[in-house]
Amino acid sequence: MRHQLAIQIGPVAFRIGSAWRSPLDALAGLYADYPEPADGLCDFTVRLEPEKFWRRFIRPSVAIRGDYILPDAVPLSLAHGLLAAEMGMNLQMALGQKRYLLLHAATVEKDGRALVMTGESGAGKSTLAALLGERGWRLMGDEFALLDMDNGLLLPFPRAVSLKNGAIAVMEAEVDAARFGPRLDGTPKGAIRHMRPNGDALSRMGEGARPALILFPRFGEAAAVRAVGQAEVFIRLTQASTNYVALGRRGFDALTGLVRGVPALAIDYPDTDTAVGLIDDFRRELAA
Amino acid sequence: MNNARLLVRALRAPASIGDCDWAGLVSAARAEQLIGSLAFRMEGRPMPARIAALFEDARRDSAHARTQALWEAEMARRALAPLDVPMILMKGTAFHAADFDACIGRSVGDLDIMVPRDRLAAVEAALLDAGWEHVKDAEGYDDAYYRRWMHELPPLIHRTRDRMIDVHHTILPLTARPRPDAEAMIAASATLDSGLRILCPADIVIHAACHLFADGDLAGGLRNLWDIDRLLREFASPDFWRILDERARLHQLHGPVARALRLANRLYATPVDHALAGRPRLSDRLFEARLLARNGWGQEKRKLLRFAFYIRGHWLRMPPMMLARHLWTKATR
Repeated sequence: MRHQLAIQIGPVAFRIGSAWRSPLDALAGLYADYPEPADGLCDFTVRLEPEKFWRRFIRPSVAIRGDYILPDAVPLSLAHGLLAAEMGMNLQMALGQKRYLLLHAATVEKDGRALVMTGESGAGKSTLAALLGERGWRLMGDEFALLDMDNGLLLPFPRAVSLKNGAIAVMEAEVDAARFGPRLDGTPKGAIRHMRPNGDALSRMGEGARPALILFPRFGEAAAVRAVGQAEVFIRLTQASTNYVALGRRGFDALTGLVRGVPALAIDYPDTDTAVGLIDDFRRELAA
Repeated sequence: MNNARLLVRALRAPASIGDCDWAGLVSAARAEQLIGSLAFRMEGRPMPARIAALFEDARRDSAHARTQALWEAEMARRALAPLDVPMILMKGTAFHAADFDACIGRSVGDLDIMVPRDRLAAVEAALLDAGWEHVKDAEGYDDAYYRRWMHELPPLIHRTRDRMIDVHHTILPLTARPRPDAEAMIAASATLDSGLRILCPADIVIHAACHLFADGDLAGGLRNLWDIDRLLREFASPDFWRILDERARLHQLHGPVARALRLANRLYATPVDHALAGRPRLSDRLFEARLLARNGWGQEKRKLLRFAFYIRGHWLRMPPMMLARHLWTKATR
C-alpha cells in the first residue's frame, strides 16, 4: 500500500497500510515510543483504504479492513483516520487472536499482582485503568486482557488508551500534553482522545503478571462493594471474551482456572477518585 | 512475485519456500481462506518464529472449525431424522465428515446439504421447527426468486448457534443452461459410518468444479481449486477418471470439469487425466489471472477483470432478458 507503519504492542505486531498519509502520521506520533517489531514481521495486517476508489479524493472515506473484516463496518471520515487505525487493530484482535484468551477488560499491575476490570461500555474501566496507571500502578492495557492459557499469566497489551467524552478532561488534568493524540470530535462514539501510556507501561510491555483480583466497576452510583460468586464471574467473563468459544477446551480450562483462583468484586462508584481509593484498599488487603 | 502466486507455490511445493514475503503470504492466505490449509502444508518447515506461531494458531483453530462443522451437520441430521429424507452433506462439511485429505485445515462457513426437491417443504418446516430462521424477508422478491429459480432454499440461520444452512435440491440455478441430474446424484450418494451421507466421489468433484466455473464470479476460487486438487489426488485411479467423464456428461458439466482439471494442473500441478482435461485454451489464462487477483496486503487486484467475471457469473446464471428484468427489479426496489 502507499503508506505503511509497523507497531509492536505487547506480544502482538501490527502492520498498518493506508491509502492516505495523514492517519499514519497521526498514528506514528501517538505511538512514538513503541518498538518496531524486532523481526520485521507482523501478526496482523490492517488496511485503511477508500470504500470505493474515487473516495480516495472525493469526500474521502476510510474503510477499516485487514486480515479480518466485518462486512457491515461503517467507514469513517478521513479526519477520524487515527480512530480508524485503532479500530482496525482492535478488530484484528477481536476476530483473529487465537493464541491467548482475550477478555474485553482493562488491566493494571502493582507488586506483580494484576487487577482485571471488565464491564459494559461506559462502566469506566478505561478511565480507571488510565488513572491508576498514573498513580503508582503499571497500565497493562485498557481494552484487551490477554490470558496465557499455558501458565495463567496475563500479558500486557498497552495500546494507546482510548478516552471518551468526560474522561478526556479527567486525564488531561493528570498527564503531560505530549502524550495525547489529537482530539477527535463527532465520532460515532462522541469525542475521543487517545493517550499514550507512560514509560513504565511501555518499557515493561513484555512482562506478564499473575491475576490477583477481578473487578466489575460501575460508574455513576453511590459507592458500594459486593462479592461476586464464581458462577456469575464465569458467565460474565465468557460474555467479555471475544474468542472463548473458538478456543474450545483450552479456553474453558483457562477461564475456569482464572475464576477459581482469583476473587471477584463488583464496585459502584460516584467518581473516579472514590474508585481509586477503594482499589488501593483492596490491594492492601490482598497484600496483607 | 505476486503474492497469490506465492501462496499457490507454498501450497503446491512447501519445500520450495525459503526466505519470502511472509507477511504478504499470511495476508493473502487469510484473505483467500487458505490459512489453515497453508499452516498444515508448511508444518515443520524452517520459518521465522512469529510465522510458525501463527501457523500453530491456525492449525488449532481449524480443529475447532472441524468440530463446529460436524456438530452443525449432526444438528441438521437430528432435525430431519423423523422425515426419513436422505440428507447429503456437501462441500467442506462433507470433506470433514468423510475425512478426505481436502479437510486438512479446511475452514467451513455455512452448512450445505442436498435433499430431494419434492421433500423441500417438509425439510424447511422441520428446520424452522428446530430453531432455524429465515435470513431474508419471507415475503419479498428475493425469497420468491430463490423459490422459483434457485438451486437452494433461501438461506436459513440458526437462532442460537448463529450458523447458516443452505438447503440444495440441485447444484445449479434452474435458470442456468446445464441441467445436472439431481436424482442421479442422490441415488449415487453413500452413507458414511457415522450415518451421514455424502455424494459419490465423481459427483463431489463435479459439484466443486460446477461451483467454481459454472456459477458465480470465482470469489474464493483459490480455495475451491485447492479442494479440487486434494480431491483429485485422493480419488485418482483409471476407474475414477472414467466415471468422472461419464458423470460430467450426464450432468451436462463436461466443460466446467475439464476447466477445473486444467486450472488445477496449471496452478497446483495436480495430476489429471489429459483426455478429460482437454487441450489448454487461451481463456485458461484469464481464469488463472482472475484466481490470482490478490496482493500481499490481502487486497483485491485487477478490478476490471474481476468485474468481467462478475458479469460472466450473472450471464451464466440466467438468459439475457431474465437477467435484465432481475437487475431492473433489484435496482428499482
